[in-house]
Amino acid sequence: MSAIIAEKLSKKYVLRHQHPERYLTLRDDLAVRARRLAARLRGRRLDRGMAGREEFYALEKVSFHVAPGERIGIIGPNGAGKSTLLKLMSRITEPSEGRLTLRGRLASLLEVGTGFHPELTGRENIFLNGAILGMRRADIKRRFDEIVAFAEVERFLDTPVKRYSSGMYVRLAFAVAAHLEPDILVVDEVLAVGDAAFQRKCLGRMESVGREGRTVLFVSHNMSAVRTLCDRALLLRGGSLVAAGSASEVVSRYLGEAGTAVLSREWPDERAAPRNASAILSRITLRGVDGEALSQVHTDTAFDVDIDFRVTTPGTYVGLTAILFDDEQNIVFSSINNHESCWYGRPMPSGEYRSSCRVPANFLNDGWFSLAVNLFGKGFVDGTMTRDVLRIEVLDSPAVRKDYFGRFGGVVRPLLEWRTVSR
Amino acid sequence: MAAPAEATGRTASPEAPTELLVIEAGRPAGQYLRDLWRYRELFYFLAWRDVTVQYKQAAIGVAWALVRPLATMLVFTVVFGRIARLPSNGVPYPVLVFAALLPWQFFASALAGSSASLLANASMVSKVFFPRMVIPIGAVVVSFVDFLMSLALLAGLMAWYGVLPTVRLAALPLFVLLAAATAVGGGLWFSALTVKYRDFTYIVPFVVQFGLYVSPVGFSSDVVPARWRLLYSLNPLVGVIDGFRWAILGRAFTLYWSGLFLAATVVALLVISGLWYFRKAERSFADVI
Repeated sequence: MSAIIAEKLSKKYVLRHQHPERYLTLRDDLAVRARRLAARLRGRRLDRGMAGREEFYALEKVSFHVAPGERIGIIGPNGAGKSTLLKLMSRITEPSEGRLTLRGRLASLLEVGTGFHPELTGRENIFLNGAILGMRRADIKRRFDEIVAFAEVERFLDTPVKRYSSGMYVRLAFAVAAHLEPDILVVDEVLAVGDAAFQRKCLGRMESVGREGRTVLFVSHNMSAVRTLCDRALLLRGGSLVAAGSASEVVSRYLGEAGTAVLSREWPDERAAPRNASAILSRITLRGVDGEALSQVHTDTAFDVDIDFRVTTPGTYVGLTAILFDDEQNIVFSSINNHESCWYGRPMPSGEYRSSCRVPANFLNDGWFSLAVNLFGKGFVDGTMTRDVLRIEVLDSPAVRKDYFGRFGGVVRPLLEWRTVSR
Repeated sequence: MAAPAEATGRTASPEAPTELLVIEAGRPAGQYLRDLWRYRELFYFLAWRDVTVQYKQAAIGVAWALVRPLATMLVFTVVFGRIARLPSNGVPYPVLVFAALLPWQFFASALAGSSASLLANASMVSKVFFPRMVIPIGAVVVSFVDFLMSLALLAGLMAWYGVLPTVRLAALPLFVLLAAATAVGGGLWFSALTVKYRDFTYIVPFVVQFGLYVSPVGFSSDVVPARWRLLYSLNPLVGVIDGFRWAILGRAFTLYWSGLFLAATVVALLVISGLWYFRKAERSFADVI
């Protein structure tokens, strides 16, 4: 008897290109309808304004079974459909096709502290949040002391939570959620909050929930957490289920596919190398400021992108652009060597050259990046774009975090100057 | 690993029959009522939250519930009673106005609060499952608490003018219920529409303001010519307000039964259609909110 059965589960969204927002206004809707009516009265049919509409499957025909008491990790890159799957399970949104059968009470934690009200006290918020998460008042009362002890907020129970520090707030919010007693617990990456000690406590709590025989579904980007906490894992990509199996197998597969950093690339065979009429690329390497090839890049590492090339046609001009993409294919920057002072815009004799582009420390956020290089000739023509030359994982550097342990939003993570003065 | 000490080892009550839930496209969840019942405590907690928050800054909250009706009463008494010299069936004009202002303001604030409630709780809607209906209906409760406070004000006013209630007062809860049902019906419609069309944020206040002019708040509905009376009763607030005056102010007012019956029918239709539309729209709330 399975606790969860998903059969060809799909979720379709309709994208409207003219509308960046997901909602409409009545005014626009009426205008469109009026135009359509006018067109029909004149005997013409307007093609229902479909031009800007596009269907998009956030989840497509996903099927799997989960046995009672199993702990399942759901992994995959951003946009793979993990959150959509959780939303379908928690009944926040309905599937477009397919069927999902759940045996037992399900509680889902897509966010900690949903419905917390800043004006209410800690005590009041425990009851409110518990009710929102589907706990009965009697259950909350019974476990009230445990919740308070877990959150370590005894002394501030009757203080409005707006006066809590962010750490206390998160601890209280997670504590309520951690004391749900469902048969099936669905958890999104809510563990990425709080300080390291509290994160360990949360992971421990999740482990014990699993030991109590509850079924746990856990979405995470934290592969080591998935490996330790889960028996099995599902790998999603582009809305489809691409792998299911033991957690360590699926995690290794995912890391193997997505996670190999390439910090240096060489083209030993010139015939296979990117080229244009003037030059051939031979090697692209990330080097530290000391000139040593890098094996790891941290957020506080400055590095050079060294582009080695051979000028094949003497007297030609060589231009280069380094373009960095993040893992969602957004361009982080593109930099042209046209302010390089030695050779740019000058005819180059044939021979071997190295162009270096210095990327400063404390500039990129942590995460995956991909480098593309464009080799071009005089007047920005004759370009040869090579994508995915390097795959760079920028690792988090604890040194510059100070006392903050959460995630930094954004593609870049500059260390900007702050000053506070009394005035 | 810091294993939490309180791991109780208590598995989810093995004696209870495991419930089976099937989630499918377009399935009108036959167990909607069961969910509503299960989440009745959430309904209570949300209403309690809104009331608590409103009255946390006690002085302002209470004062606001009292000042608004008093100020409006003053203006209406001067404009309709003194300047326009409309009839008041022998009742002091301030009492006549106040008996109508009570249900009107209850209805107006309930409708406005209910209509805006889903958007105000957008983060909950997109992160947690619960029958969405508890939000707009719960919002009506807050206005009800305000209403109870201004009811005390009316009692004071009646004592001041020496107007005594009769046994008809026992019928008052029925008219309160009618006003609440009107607000719930409208709130279901407007809250769902506001999620889909954001410009309803501006339409609802206009509807409420317009409603004040077409409802007999500042005057007695006896001033409406008899042949228009039934048409006028299509506005359910006419029935509510007439009912309030009849129940509170005693012999000076009679009930226009066919109008009241019409109002009840209109309200029933409003609530039923509101439930229908809300159920239809709530499936995509989390996708568009």
